[in-house]
Amino acid sequence: MQNRIYQSVFSRKIVFSLILLILLLAPLFLSDFRLNLLGKFLAFAILAIGLDLLWGYTGVLSLGHGIFFGLGAYAMAMYLKLEATGGKLPDFMAWSGIQELPLIWIPFQYPILAIILGILIPACLALFLGYLTFRNRINGVYFTILSQALVLVIVTLFIGQQNLTGGTSGLTNFSTFFGFQINSATTQTVIYFVTVVALVLVFLGCKKLVKGRLGRVLVGVRDGENRMRFLGYNPSTYKTFVYTISGAIAGLAGMLFVLQVGIISPTMIGIVPSIEMVLWVALGGRGTLIGPVIGAVFINAAKTGFSESYPDYWTYFLGALFVIVVVFLPKGIMGLVEKLKERWNKVDVKESSSVEIEKNYS
Amino acid sequence: MSKNPAVLRSKKITVEFSGFKAINELDFQVNRNTVHFVIGPNGAGKTTLLDVICGNARASKGSITFNEKYELAKMSENEIVHRGISRKFQAPSVFAHLTVFENLEIAMKQKKTLRSILRAKMTKEEEQKLTDMLDLIGLTSEKDKSAGSLAHGQKQWLEIAMVLMQEPDLVLLDEPIAGMSKQERIKTGELITKIAKERAVLIVEHDMDFVKDYADVVTVMHEGQLLFEGSMEDVQKDPKVREVYLGRKVDADAEVTGT
Repeated sequence: MQNRIYQSVFSRKIVFSLILLILLLAPLFLSDFRLNLLGKFLAFAILAIGLDLLWGYTGVLSLGHGIFFGLGAYAMAMYLKLEATGGKLPDFMAWSGIQELPLIWIPFQYPILAIILGILIPACLALFLGYLTFRNRINGVYFTILSQALVLVIVTLFIGQQNLTGGTSGLTNFSTFFGFQINSATTQTVIYFVTVVALVLVFLGCKKLVKGRLGRVLVGVRDGENRMRFLGYNPSTYKTFVYTISGAIAGLAGMLFVLQVGIISPTMIGIVPSIEMVLWVALGGRGTLIGPVIGAVFINAAKTGFSESYPDYWTYFLGALFVIVVVFLPKGIMGLVEKLKERWNKVDVKESSSVEIEKNYS
Repeated sequence: MSKNPAVLRSKKITVEFSGFKAINELDFQVNRNTVHFVIGPNGAGKTTLLDVICGNARASKGSITFNEKYELAKMSENEIVHRGISRKFQAPSVFAHLTVFENLEIAMKQKKTLRSILRAKMTKEEEQKLTDMLDLIGLTSEKDKSAGSLAHGQKQWLEIAMVLMQEPDLVLLDEPIAGMSKQERIKTGELITKIAKERAVLIVEHDMDFVKDYADVVTVMHEGQLLFEGSMEDVQKDPKVREVYLGRKVDADAEVTGT
């Protein structure tokens, strides 16, 4: 009887429903400021799910997801900027001596188109890069290094093209979204709910993908890419597919981020944030989908908490947290939950689907 | 030699590794419904032969035809699998994080494009096929265990089963009984005899007793070339074979004659 209670407490469905309930009720007990922060964390959590699909299930470690996130964020920011200026040239363009709205900005006058492009552009970039790299069997560390290079290239490009992107200061000073005041508490609450819905949809979508036969094939690609070839699969197709999906999800997360934070700049999409994204997934537990959500929220909440209470030392706390997780919780928070569950049940549970952490660094 | 028609035929294939000819102008043939062993001293090119057939290595010269119509030399690994050749590697490489059943599920003959995998749902027929296979290899009770938790011998059988799930015309096995106990060897040998009723099985093996017990045809390779081919009895009598083995190993005589 006792066993059964623990088992049900920790069963994923219950965890999922509980988290969802808390998220939906959050506006009742959180201040506007805190709710806005939580919304931002949830946007990160969306990205983390996509990253887990790629890393935890398919075994492809990308240290360049900041870029896909950034492309989505900039797409949304460009629209917001144009709406703020009322169709006139944004200020930074006028300062650079530009007379007319540049061609690449034109589609972003239309909100629906901007939203579609915010998902489509990162997806297409991922498709293109994935196709070239995976087809040529660039795998493992080599792919990871390449994904870092991608960040450098794109960030440099964004900073360099100041007249098009706002340079290092990025895009900010937005006023309205679909005509609603973007900074009003009501709009922000609505955007928060939209973020929760997006999170749930992305989570369930990814869950459906990995529950099907595709999930088994992806694990096969992760654990024995070459073996899969001799079972008649072409692993590069699967990797490209997941990379594309993951890029699209990152773009969606970027859009929701901008709506709640009100600014996007190259430092937010660069190398450091890209690596942090991977840490969210690692801390939460790879190959679990729910783990990365917890990881993203937990790390970002810790970051905010530490920086508020100990403004001078918070980076040390954060560093220590990562070391503790890597050393003591190689399978992340979900790995710990799994372990506790096993201890309580005192029966052999099927090996969790997450892999040992060292595998991906070899 | 055998009345069965050829399933695989190689003409003067050469495989080079930075100048070294692992296989040198080899003419070779595998017939249907045959248990065909390849033996030879280390470095004779046995594993390379399997590699070049399944696409893991590329021939610099020559051709390999499969079922009289497919030229394998230019196909990718996954295309070769879909033509009907499956390979089991030496070290067991089952997917440890999937269950036994799931291992068979992804190995099963099916369209393996992304589109059809996305739509795939386990049908009654498929489930039956998987259940039958579990029965054949004797792992029915291990169905839902993770493959990583199986014993060594069971992993090897699972892997043979994964190869069979693709319903190939030609099965390539690389030292299938390495590290197995006496009992497991017998079980594996019986399994091989059983599966060869419907297809050709090409096996690289070092264990001469095992070869003697189950071979229909034995090919002896030496320095990338075919040294001798025939029944195990003929092989044991052949002076060239004895010389090659004796020249390399002190106890080779015992090994070849199987005493």
